[in-house]
Amino acid sequence: MTTQTLTDDAPARTYRAHEHPLWWRLLLTRESAVIALLVAVVLYSLANVDNFDGPLTLTYLLLDTMPILLIALPMTLVIVTGEIDLSVASVVGLSTVLVGLLHQAGLSIPTAALLAILAGALCGALNGFLVAYVGLPSLAVTIGTLALFRGLAVGLLGTTAITDFPDYWTDLATEKIGESGIPQAVLVFVVLAVVFAMLLHFSSFGRGAYDIGLNSEAARFTGVDVARTKLILFVLAGAVSALAGVYYVLRFGSARGDNATGLELQVIAAVLLGGVSIFGGRGRLHGVIAGVLLIGVVSSAMRLEGITVNVINIIIGLLLVASVVSPSVLAAVRSAVARRNPGGRRTSAGPTNAPDGVGSRER
Amino acid sequence: MKFHTKRGAALAALLLSGTMALTACGGDDSEGGSGSGDGGGDVSITMLPKNLGNPYFDTSTAGAQTAADEIGASMEEVGPQEATPDAQVQYINTAAQQGVGALIVSANDPTAICDALNEARDAGTAVVTFDSDTDPECRDLFINQATAEGIAQVQLELIAEQIGGSGEIAILSASANATNQNAWIEMMETELDSNPDYADIELVDTVYGDDDDQKSFDETAALLQAHPDLKGIISPTTVGISAAARYLSDSNKKGEVMLTGLGTPNQMREYVENGTVEAFALWNPGDLGYLAAYAANALASGEIEGPGDSFEAGELGDYTVEDDGSILLGDPFVFDKENIGDFDF
Repeated sequence: MTTQTLTDDAPARTYRAHEHPLWWRLLLTRESAVIALLVAVVLYSLANVDNFDGPLTLTYLLLDTMPILLIALPMTLVIVTGEIDLSVASVVGLSTVLVGLLHQAGLSIPTAALLAILAGALCGALNGFLVAYVGLPSLAVTIGTLALFRGLAVGLLGTTAITDFPDYWTDLATEKIGESGIPQAVLVFVVLAVVFAMLLHFSSFGRGAYDIGLNSEAARFTGVDVARTKLILFVLAGAVSALAGVYYVLRFGSARGDNATGLELQVIAAVLLGGVSIFGGRGRLHGVIAGVLLIGVVSSAMRLEGITVNVINIIIGLLLVASVVSPSVLAAVRSAVARRNPGGRRTSAGPTNAPDGVGSRER
Repeated sequence: MKFHTKRGAALAALLLSGTMALTACGGDDSEGGSGSGDGGGDVSITMLPKNLGNPYFDTSTAGAQTAADEIGASMEEVGPQEATPDAQVQYINTAAQQGVGALIVSANDPTAICDALNEARDAGTAVVTFDSDTDPECRDLFINQATAEGIAQVQLELIAEQIGGSGEIAILSASANATNQNAWIEMMETELDSNPDYADIELVDTVYGDDDDQKSFDETAALLQAHPDLKGIISPTTVGISAAARYLSDSNKKGEVMLTGLGTPNQMREYVENGTVEAFALWNPGDLGYLAAYAANALASGEIEGPGDSFEAGELGDYTVEDDGSILLGDPFVFDKENIGDFDF
């Protein structure tokens, strides 16, 4: 954090702005590790998994991971602020039911979709209000609304399904761009990904989100409207989840109350795997997108190998636990090594008047 | 604080992730060798039940495996943990990617998996449904375990006999979307209204246990609470009838409220022997899977193409494809105290 402003009478700085060169900072990050792992798994699968190199793989991979990709965008921002939203899958379910019911009532698909997204935003607003303005912990609030929204979804439609949707719209969801095998729906994701990347990484709103995650009090004193930021993020999570619900309806041509049950775990798993800290304040979107794709590729490859769903879940679970635990374990190992070998590489940096924590590898 | 631990952690994370990748790949290797369906016979068959860990489908898969071994076809079973259509779609997609010869599927929803099935057929996979059908335009063949009339008839006959021809009865079904369950229930309702033999029997409620043991158990309890005069329960699902029997055998309604429906001998043995259940019906799911595998093989190898064509299904004998693209297994079978000892599935 280079918060020091250089004025004329400021003493010349005797420590480096960054401990490591630029290439180091760009390549040796958690995000790069996930991307490298993704590339490695893809290359391995291409070489060793039968039919993985087929033309359908990419199409199905993207179609399958689309809801997770979509919801992971706002979820990243929510988790960066140190909060969590467990109700997203229930919002997906509720949204599919609403699209189904509204379409059955005679509305066109775009109108029904718009109303469902609006309803999703309202669901998010309820979460956001309870978390940001009432001050309740998001874990408790969204576990409650997870049950509430799912209950509404199942209650509205009973245990029946609405499956009568116009072919034009259901085809649109799975239509590919030309000969590429990439579904058109990916365009929607790309647009949203750009929007969310701008929001998180290139706007003061995004800087505020990181500040809240690092230290909510400090963020407040630096002028970040903590409550409003959180409310907006939960509304976005609700709206994007509802959009994923619309996609769900069109992809599977079926509106059911139990659609997307358990999806929240896959989303959160992918976000954490992508390098977002569950404690907030750390993480970048490209890592998250790689995390989602990594889980998608791993399960796709294992399904092609005929490995049963239980084993796939165990491996993805282990991957997630390892990804959450690894930074702490490695930090412990590093500090143990540093204690045994004091001085070491630091000597080259020479004596400095660096503020605590700047340009040094130990705290 | 978080800032400077990050850099150190990054390198380590990279290393650890790398190791994880290697171990994960190692797992792929060892399991993939036996799992992929490219060894053995001419036709590769993928079996996709509604969900895994369901004893009914374990039996049908075992039957299909027997048939596959006889034919010399290679077979593998895949499936989701939860019986939902969206989870099934991924496995249908995988079968299409693999280009398997035939896919045998029990549909969780008649229309929701249609697109995926048709994509698989476009990729050259023969699609055979069994147990629960899809819309006819999404599959090549349906292996019908029994006609809806046959099932409805036998269950009504059993319950009418057990309650002495009059009184309130209720139905404990699986999920409200299950194609087969709904057809049977509709058939039973029609029969109850029209057949003078059943004039004194009143169907008071239909509840759904979602093929979940605990939910079916709870629904049975609720049913008995809501209808104190209830004399009989029909549960046309194996999970439902065994959960209901478990509830009844421990309650004071045992012997008072009769229970029948569709169940498997191994699940119901205890309750038939202790007098909770007099008799119940079913086809043999093992035979169903067996026939499905023979039909899938015949279809994939071009031996049969559509309605009117005949093929031989091992020890079950000859079968002919009917006009609606279905193949009928046979009449339902009634299990009671006398004969249940002869069966083990």
